[in-house]
Amino acid sequence: MGNLQLKSIRKAYGTHEVLKGIDLDVKDGEFVIFVGPSGCGKSTLLRTIAGLEDITAGAIVIDGQDVSVTPPAKRGIAMVFQSYALYPHLTVRDNMGLGLKQAGSPKAVIEERVKAASGMLSLEPYLERRPAELSGGQRQRVAIGRAIVREPKLFLFDEPLSNLDAALRVQTRLEIAALHRRLKATMIYVTHDQVEAMTLADKIVVLNAGEIEQIGSPMELYNKPANLFVAGFIGSPQMNFIDAARLGLADAKTIGIRPEHMALSRSEGDWRGTITHVEHLGADTIVYLETEKAGLVTVRLFGEHDYMPEETVFVTPDRSRQHRFSADGKALAATV
Amino acid sequence: MANARISRTRLTFVHVALIIYTIIALFPVVLTIMNSFKTRNDIFRSPLTPPLPSTFSLTGYNTVLGQGDFIGYFQNSLIVTVASIFCVLLFGAMAAFALSEYRFRGNLLMGLYLALGIMIPIRLGTIGILQEMVALNLVNTLVSLVLVYTAQGLPLAVFILSEFMRTVSDDLKSAGRIDGLSEYAIFFRLVLPLVRPAMATVAVFTMIPIWNDLWFPLILAPGEKTKTVTLGAQTFIGQFVTDWNAVLSALSLAIFPVLVLYVLFSRQLIRGITAGAVK
Repeated sequence: MGNLQLKSIRKAYGTHEVLKGIDLDVKDGEFVIFVGPSGCGKSTLLRTIAGLEDITAGAIVIDGQDVSVTPPAKRGIAMVFQSYALYPHLTVRDNMGLGLKQAGSPKAVIEERVKAASGMLSLEPYLERRPAELSGGQRQRVAIGRAIVREPKLFLFDEPLSNLDAALRVQTRLEIAALHRRLKATMIYVTHDQVEAMTLADKIVVLNAGEIEQIGSPMELYNKPANLFVAGFIGSPQMNFIDAARLGLADAKTIGIRPEHMALSRSEGDWRGTITHVEHLGADTIVYLETEKAGLVTVRLFGEHDYMPEETVFVTPDRSRQHRFSADGKALAATV
Repeated sequence: MANARISRTRLTFVHVALIIYTIIALFPVVLTIMNSFKTRNDIFRSPLTPPLPSTFSLTGYNTVLGQGDFIGYFQNSLIVTVASIFCVLLFGAMAAFALSEYRFRGNLLMGLYLALGIMIPIRLGTIGILQEMVALNLVNTLVSLVLVYTAQGLPLAVFILSEFMRTVSDDLKSAGRIDGLSEYAIFFRLVLPLVRPAMATVAVFTMIPIWNDLWFPLILAPGEKTKTVTLGAQTFIGQFVTDWNAVLSALSLAIFPVLVLYVLFSRQLIRGITAGAVK
């Protein structure tokens, strides 16, 4: 069990409001990811759920119980931190068992759960070591193990992969995904990395400046961004935004087209332009060009292409995949 | 030693500078110890020569250990120093933790108030302190010295420790709270071990002025039962006759306990148990 309701959560430091009324429903077993730029309040929101920060107004309900003023240890949550936050003077075994020990669980239960968790994360050979004797990836696994041992209603992850190098990050990401399938536990995960968000989440919550911009599945956010912010935040390279007036369209303020939804040709197309830079990534080729009609645009082509800077080319956007936004940044209904 | 980053000449200069500094620093200490083993005449005739078989004498040590209760003085000094360090470290660390960890109204002002003592010498308040001790009936007790030295040491301790405690990872404390540790457990079991090097620094800075202090023992606890070593050594300095053998011997003896304490703390200074705890 583990569902969570946030009811118009507000958090202010003095007069500065960091969270401006957050409403959210998380169902049992869901993997929910908070994304947003730095300073958007995503970590603060996670910390309020954990009980590490008091809320100024609103209510936090876990499994039907209002826990707004319950201390962290009594909320039935476990948290994994970016900096691992292992106890330096305790062995891996004691690090994982401390929470249960504090809660007064019998020794046999602790022993059994530590064994199960360390088996799941292949940490058995390291149980007697101290954190200083482990690599970064192992430390993060211990931190995850410490969370599993508590058998919480909610797992909270605060940018758990940010300190790991690229290869390890992908591997640990897969491990977390596998863990979620296996435990079927409710997980809430904060990241600024949209790839992590897109690959792990059942549901993504996009936050900006203390407010929720959009909630949806990864593909909903990709295909139907609710506003300019979400459209620009999800997807890499970023969506091209073109002033509708330049294209002679009167029914919208801004037109958005993702780089992968445009075709490039040397002979013919809608917009003529000059290539300013090309990035060859092997699987993709990213072409930056200055067009006469639409200004600076980015085009993502699949596979290898031999375009060169200074070349004159033609760009054709896929009209069926374009997004239209009104003057206040809201998405308008799809066009023809 | 071949070192790619520091050239040989530079290394030599650094060593020469350090050696000169060491000589200057050690000179008075060595002179004191050397002369404490010489006869009175030789101390004056040739103060810079080491004790030779012909000039060797233990008169000073005999006087010191024979006259007065020197072991007792040592005991007093040790009790006062250790008790003061303990109080300074405990209360200083607690105050520093509160200042660095909790957000409350007047946090900054409180920090400044506690740091004020670094700038104002406690001796300015001697008369007030004496009156207070008289009123509390604490004159000629070691408690009075411990209280004064604790007050004297706290400002620097709070200042240094609160800076260090700010560097202790917030995540670690959060993890502790989630695991159900009380604030006291977080302070004693998570934070204190991580600021051990800073505690050792504070201990050393606190210890030396206390051990060497003459002022407050003279004013607050001059009685025979409560004399400290520095005060005890003064008994050999008279208005007309000074027993230099005894003074030098007493001072030489006084160096050792403080040296032992220093070695104890500096070991902690070097030990880095924080490595690998957080990223």
